[in-house]
Amino acid sequence: MSLLRDLYQEVILDHSKSPRNFSQLSDANRKADGYNPLCGDKVTVYLKVKDGVVEDVSFKGAGCAISTASASLMTQAVKGKDLAETEELFKSFHGLVTGQAEEGSELGELMAFQGVSEFPVRVKCATLAWHTLQAALEKGEATVSTE
Amino acid sequence: MTTGQPMTAADRPSRRESRLDVEQIRRDFPILSQRVNGKPLVYLDNAATAQKPRAVIDTIQEYYQSYNSNIHRGVHHLSQQATEAYEKARVKAQRLLNAPESREIIFVRSTTEAINLVAQTYGRQRLQAGDEVIISAMEHHSNIVPWQMVCQEKEAKLRVIPINDKGELLLEEYEKLLNERTRVVAVTHIANALGTINPIEQIIEKAHQYDAAVLIDGAQGAPHLPLDVQALDCEFYAFSGHKFYGPTGVGILYGKGDLLDSLPPYQGGGEMILSVSFEETIYNVVPHRFEAGTPNIVGAIALGAAIDYVSHIGLEKIGYHEDELFRYATEQLSGFPELTIIGTAEHKASIISFVMDDIHAHDVGTILDQEGIAVRTGHHCAQPVMERFEVPATSRASFAFYNTREEVDLLVEGIGKVIEVFK
Repeated sequence: MSLLRDLYQEVILDHSKSPRNFSQLSDANRKADGYNPLCGDKVTVYLKVKDGVVEDVSFKGAGCAISTASASLMTQAVKGKDLAETEELFKSFHGLVTGQAEEGSELGELMAFQGVSEFPVRVKCATLAWHTLQAALEKGEATVSTE
Repeated sequence: MTTGQPMTAADRPSRRESRLDVEQIRRDFPILSQRVNGKPLVYLDNAATAQKPRAVIDTIQEYYQSYNSNIHRGVHHLSQQATEAYEKARVKAQRLLNAPESREIIFVRSTTEAINLVAQTYGRQRLQAGDEVIISAMEHHSNIVPWQMVCQEKEAKLRVIPINDKGELLLEEYEKLLNERTRVVAVTHIANALGTINPIEQIIEKAHQYDAAVLIDGAQGAPHLPLDVQALDCEFYAFSGHKFYGPTGVGILYGKGDLLDSLPPYQGGGEMILSVSFEETIYNVVPHRFEAGTPNIVGAIALGAAIDYVSHIGLEKIGYHEDELFRYATEQLSGFPELTIIGTAEHKASIISFVMDDIHAHDVGTILDQEGIAVRTGHHCAQPVMERFEVPATSRASFAFYNTREEVDLLVEGIGKVIEVFK
């Protein structure tokens, strides 16, 4: 059970059951859809970016506990960050879930996803929202797929 | 029993004789004795691919160790040996399906290739603008996309038989779809994502009233139900070797001989020709016309070994055992109020697709895997089925004749763990 408990930590279960910022942002100026055809996870990330800062962010979609919690925690983590900080956070997060965490990365609550590195097939679940966020930031409007 | 009378001893012998010695059978499958994540492997992903008995594994090894050679046209000893084994496998498949002639058995890569072959030969030859092809709402992508492709090319219409909430075909709707423009009816024998066993006899009979050809996707059907293509009278029946306890990369397409004779080749190359010059090529006879290039020789031979193995046990007995497991598992899983079975047809094979309240299939799959239990999670290459039931994905447990009641109990315990983790 311990590996499973590492994967499904309380904070992940909490965010998967009651996701934060789970709505369509009415004044969004960026938006992207993410899709994982393998398991059917779908996520749409809405962003309000002003002067290079993520002023507001939200998401909608349906997915597994890992992908929903990841999207939820991501919205909390990037709100108020500038684009460079957001990019840096994704890099650190990606390192964390693929088992290549860098020393001294400031991930805060996102550390809950450390257990994902023991489940390589679930990395895509944890990173789907982040890839979608990146697409929204880079292209303004886009669709990404994990396949 | 509805009569309320207890079963007498005299009723039983035939059933008792039909019992499988599952422990003995399990020893024939080396892979089943391993542990996964520290737990004994419980393999319930048989609808994706089945495990291989030692007889199949040994056949593969023996081929490469003692008579690996290219088939047909070789005059040397090994080539003759390999050719003989390859053609013998064709006869084994012929007998399995009760096809009238061995030339009606075409070796292909998979069910997918078989359907593409029919779509690209029969479909391209016969379909004209405005013609219609009928499939069903419970098809695997491999029995949708090849027809979409040829319909698009020929400006033909693809029509879909709807299903009810139990996952059964609406036969009265099917009859309404049939008309003089119907050229092909392509339906699955057993639905991979729902487990429904379709009344293919009726489907074929109705199609023939309109002179439409019928292809049955037997990927799930062939490994679990006794077959007789003459009694069925279907034009085409397709199945994969790897779901039939044989290797991957080989499959069977049965087609009615006269019909196959009238079809153009599928792919060009060696083996499918009688003579080639730069001006003209004369195509070979059936089945070689459809087997361009060096085929999966060892795959065909090993599939022959799988057919022998399964036939020796008997598909009737296999069906009986699997049905018992299926009923037991359905009853046990129905005990969880959090769990809903998707696909509750009257006639079902040993496939149980299910969803759990607020718990995504992917999470179910990961937790069961930690218990050594292999199930499939996702859309099972049947996205229209997922949409029909408004679920993003399901978890699917599918049983084979080497599975046991104890394994069903472990699955049920595993589901208990899933619920515990998400409490």
